[in-house]
Amino acid sequence: MVPLSYYLLLSGILFVCGVLGFLIKRNIITIFMSIELMLNGVNLSFVAFAAHWHALSGQVFVFFVMVVAAAEAAVGLAIIIAVYRTRETLNVDRVNLLKL
Amino acid sequence: MTPNPYLWLVPILPLAGAAINGFFGRRSSKKAITAVALVFCGLAFFLAVVIAARFSSAAAPYYFDLAHWIRSGSFQVDFSFYLDQLSLVMLLVVTGVGFLIHIYSVGYMWDDDGYYRFMSYMNLFMFFMLTLVLAKDYLVMFIGWEGVGLASYLLIGYWFRKDSAAAAGKKAFIVNRIGDCGFLIALFLMIKHFGSLDFMRVFTAVQSLPTETAGAGLLTAIGLLLMVGAAGKSAQIPLYVWLPDAMEGPTPVSALIHAATMVTAGVYMVARSSMIFERAPMALMVVAIIGTLTALFAATIGIAQTDIKKVLAYSTISQLGYMFMACGVGAFSAGIFHLMTHAFFKGLLFLAAGSVIHGIGGEQDMRKMGGLRVYMPWTFATMGIATLAIAGIPPFAGFWSKDEILWKAFGASWVYWLIGVVTAFITSFYMFRLMYMTFGGEYRGAAVQEAHGHDDHGHGQGHGHGEPHESPWVMLGPLVILAVLSVVGGFVGYGNRFEHFLAPAFQVASTEVAQGASHEAADRTLEYLLMSVSISVAGLGWLLAYLLYSRRPELPARVAASLGGLYRAVANKYYIDELYAVLFVKPVVDGSTTILWHGVDQGVIDAAVNDSADAARHVSDTVRHMQSGNLRSYAGWVAAGGAVVIAYMVWMGVR
Repeated sequence: MVPLSYYLLLSGILFVCGVLGFLIKRNIITIFMSIELMLNGVNLSFVAFAAHWHALSGQVFVFFVMVVAAAEAAVGLAIIIAVYRTRETLNVDRVNLLKL
Repeated sequence: MTPNPYLWLVPILPLAGAAINGFFGRRSSKKAITAVALVFCGLAFFLAVVIAARFSSAAAPYYFDLAHWIRSGSFQVDFSFYLDQLSLVMLLVVTGVGFLIHIYSVGYMWDDDGYYRFMSYMNLFMFFMLTLVLAKDYLVMFIGWEGVGLASYLLIGYWFRKDSAAAAGKKAFIVNRIGDCGFLIALFLMIKHFGSLDFMRVFTAVQSLPTETAGAGLLTAIGLLLMVGAAGKSAQIPLYVWLPDAMEGPTPVSALIHAATMVTAGVYMVARSSMIFERAPMALMVVAIIGTLTALFAATIGIAQTDIKKVLAYSTISQLGYMFMACGVGAFSAGIFHLMTHAFFKGLLFLAAGSVIHGIGGEQDMRKMGGLRVYMPWTFATMGIATLAIAGIPPFAGFWSKDEILWKAFGASWVYWLIGVVTAFITSFYMFRLMYMTFGGEYRGAAVQEAHGHDDHGHGQGHGHGEPHESPWVMLGPLVILAVLSVVGGFVGYGNRFEHFLAPAFQVASTEVAQGASHEAADRTLEYLLMSVSISVAGLGWLLAYLLYSRRPELPARVAASLGGLYRAVANKYYIDELYAVLFVKPVVDGSTTILWHGVDQGVIDAAVNDSADAARHVSDTVRHMQSGNLRSYAGWVAAGGAVVIAYMVWMGVR
């Protein structure tokens, strides 16, 4: 039996990787994948807790997160395509019209 | 009396005239404007005569409820009209003299550009004045009171392109506000203590209170505050300063508003409140003292004025002083009697002065007149009658009423009588001085110009002969009618008939009239003695004026020179305007400028608005750099925020 702390540690590592990737990478697709990484890090901690406490709600929550992530992926990829069509780049530093 | 359904129509008719001329006058022909103004005003006069004919003292007071206005608990105010002997007299005076002056205005103002505006304002004034005299309630009276103030303001500033006229209008309005403030507080006191403003209910409540002989109480306070209001409207010391300036208005306005009707509203109000004053001897005494002092004070100023309308203005103030003196010694009916005769002869004087001004092309300075009796005999004759009337020469109207006042004043205190007689002497002197300067001697003015003079009214065509000319008949007609009234108007007071007629309106006074009748019979010789004294001082005044201004016209200048400073003080109206400017106007203006304008408005209100806007701008100047448009910096902020939240929760959890 693997102890809970291992799962949580892995979950934390995944989440921090996601955050760092989000902050550091310039390519929108990479950033998008970092978001997925954060979501999955969280998912991992949900299922780990669910298994540890023998409670189903954590597992149910994971399904919700996956549904939202799928919807987000659909919308996000559409946005990425739209951005690429107008600006011919995927570098977020050049997608900076939303400022004063 | 049969219920009189016409009563409410009397004020409404001039209002309709004002509205029609005000809204449609700009595009109407002058004939149509004239027709509207005269027909509505004339109808009001006609109705007033009908009402007077159907009036019977037995059924008075009669009242008519037009509509409800305020209903608040037990306190209620209705638009109601009230007719008793007092308001009947006022009604006839206002509509009658008002109608004559309207006719006169047609001739006087015909060539003015704002003819429709003038006629509309005049009708509006009639409406408010009639509301004032017919009110059944102090509050409705106050509406009329403020309304005539408004009409007066509009008409004084009628030639508003002239700075002095606009300033005079403002001055009249502001000085009147001071008085109205007192009037309003009196009304508040009545509401608080009597729960009503209805004349009858207030007077009934007052009757149950004792006379305040020992000390000042509620009634004294109300009386004094009412007197403040009356002093403002009727130009008494210390609030008289607006009336001389009000002469900036067209002359018919001076005649109607500032001589015959509006300025007497204060006297009417005091007389109407006789019940309150009767029970507040101290307030009554103040009324008498103010009236007496004003009569003397204004008369002395009148001596040295050279503007024909200014002389008449100070004369008006002085005569109003007489009326207040009469009210102050409890002779309310004598005051109203003088009010009526004064409306005749002073209205006539102003109209005649207007005729003079009209005839010589707008000149108002008496030093540039003279010899006009040749050029305008009708004006001379009618103005002469008015002068005889105001000077108190029997049998003209002014003699009867003034003598009545002096006789009653003597009954109260010989001091009032003495000052009154001295004033009568001065009155006679300055009026005959005016007559001699205007009509006597040789014409001293320049050839009449067709251009606009001081009075600035337009001038009729076809008068280009360069000589003073008589006015058209539309102006002379009212002069003649008023002259007739100035001759015979006094006889209504013969044998105290006027006093007995008015007595029911002054219920308290009526008992005193009965007592006074027997009293008078005993003192008949004394009365004749006093009468002969007042007649002889009037004659003396005439004689002095004749000597100084007709026989030896070079003398007045020498007399003035020998008097030196005193003459200068009188000629400059005792520097009262300057004194007020230093005492009241300057502190207010300075205080407003430094404290209210620079201090409060700019320093607090503007500063608060501007500073908060500045602060918002500074903060957002700093904060807007957060919004760089760089997606990753946004993400950084989100992460940092998340980290802070987590750190906080962890820290709280630890605790």
